[in-house]
Amino acid sequence: MKQDDFEARYRVTWNRFETWLRVLRGGNDTTPGERADAAKLGVDYPRVYRQVCHHLALARARRYSTGLQQRLNQLALDGHQYLYRERRPVWTAIGRFFIAGFPAAFRRRWRFMLASAALFVVPGVAMAIAIQVQPELLFSLIEPHQVSSMESMYDPDRDVLGRERDSASDFQMFGFYIYNNITIGFQTYAGGLLFGLGSVFYLVFNGLFIGAVASHLTGIGYVETFWTFVAGHSSLELTAIVIFGGVGLMLGYSAIAPGRKRRWHAIRDEAVASMPLVYGATAMLIGAAFVEAYWSSTTWPPPWVKYGVGIAGWAALSLYFAVFGRHES
Amino acid sequence: MRLPLLLDTTEDIATPEGVELRLPVAGLAPRSLAWLIDALIKSVGLIAVSVAIQFAGDFGVGLMLISTFLLLWFYNVLFEVFYNGATPGKRAVGLRVTNANGTPVGWTGSLIRNLIRFVDALPGCYAFGCLAVLTSHRFQRLGDMAAATIVVFEPKTAFQRAARTVDPIPVRIPLTLEEQQAIVSYGERAVGLNEQRAEELAAILKPVFPDATRNQLRGYAAWLAGGERRA
Repeated sequence: MKQDDFEARYRVTWNRFETWLRVLRGGNDTTPGERADAAKLGVDYPRVYRQVCHHLALARARRYSTGLQQRLNQLALDGHQYLYRERRPVWTAIGRFFIAGFPAAFRRRWRFMLASAALFVVPGVAMAIAIQVQPELLFSLIEPHQVSSMESMYDPDRDVLGRERDSASDFQMFGFYIYNNITIGFQTYAGGLLFGLGSVFYLVFNGLFIGAVASHLTGIGYVETFWTFVAGHSSLELTAIVIFGGVGLMLGYSAIAPGRKRRWHAIRDEAVASMPLVYGATAMLIGAAFVEAYWSSTTWPPPWVKYGVGIAGWAALSLYFAVFGRHES
Repeated sequence: MRLPLLLDTTEDIATPEGVELRLPVAGLAPRSLAWLIDALIKSVGLIAVSVAIQFAGDFGVGLMLISTFLLLWFYNVLFEVFYNGATPGKRAVGLRVTNANGTPVGWTGSLIRNLIRFVDALPGCYAFGCLAVLTSHRFQRLGDMAAATIVVFEPKTAFQRAARTVDPIPVRIPLTLEEQQAIVSYGERAVGLNEQRAEELAAILKPVFPDATRNQLRGYAAWLAGGERRA
């Protein structure tokens, strides 16, 4: 068949298909008539799409002109994009995810989570002990002016914990924790791609830093102000950082030991597997930021309430990761 | 034309329908340009937000920090997921992100490639990312490889329409399929070229067709594609 006959025969089909795709894209360049026609085509869509694919194959086999091939390629491509798009009911998926998917994913990768926790906690505890023995060590890690600003934040002589604030500045701190903590979380995760090195760095550094500050403030007697402040959000925040580190280590491990897959395939698979944990840990950090901004800074509850809330948080989180979503894994 | 084009930058995607779809993959230069435009848009956004919060006190600072966070990490993700795979910068340059199998990029793919962006930007000036784009065979940065995504050119509308407005002229010499296809393609392209360039290209065929001019070749093209009559 000559190209012109071929085009004459199928031009109507292609034009309809093209219009239909344009209507789908929701531009305002379509007429009501075109939209009505598109609604009719909707039922027939997979058949027409396959027809276009066939025409493309024919056009190539018969060496029709580049222009025609390009047009058919474009039609088939747009149709392909629409037919094979991702579609999932979002809200049920989110609900199921937090009830089951997230803790199940956490348990499935418990080795990485454990490794990450060790990289975070062991340097932290070591640093804390070291500073009790040799207090000057603190200044090898933290600048003197940073130390004095920390000290003033938790000074028992002050009547506000953390930073001075009213409700507007509570929100300011909420914004700061979102920005700062989640950025660190994301970087801890992404850094894992460099054979795990980035994640290890962030975990160890943050472990050392937190251990040093806690040990120092405890050592100089700011026990109650410091520990009542951090108790509330500690469970969510520290666990989330460990999870971000853990998924980073997953990436790194797949880069080091891809097994039977090609390296980038292994990384890609681990990246996909790690996404549920990234979503979950991000949600945890948002929760932690909220608690830290609106609860941790309050001074009216007696210390035992604040410690109680902190312990309850750890208990609830342990229960959540231990029990929820059992049937998924 | 299915010649072995070693330097070609198209990516063939196999589909369940049995045809291969062809996507032109975008290299470092257009991608950098798109990045630059996006960076400008983001900076303008950040400046606008920080001016606005001058009047909103501490609450405004909180809002600014949150919007900065969203702008830095989710600008690309939201546009790629909800705007046909293209940020405004990519749209301006004519690029879009798709999965390596040609399907539209979703939340997972987009998030992975944009979180790994942090590593691509290391150790500065996107050095790792540029190196990866230059050395990988589909011009992928590290984030693209981890997410199995590619950046492709949004294809331009094919220059096909006005091709057959000339009278067909019969070709008296036997031509192979490739040769015929070259002439038909010339007939389509000649419309979009300026006259000098079109004549210059036509002149290449002088050894075969001593009378080769732009219009003569367009006539041959019309005849090869359609036969005796005008379409």
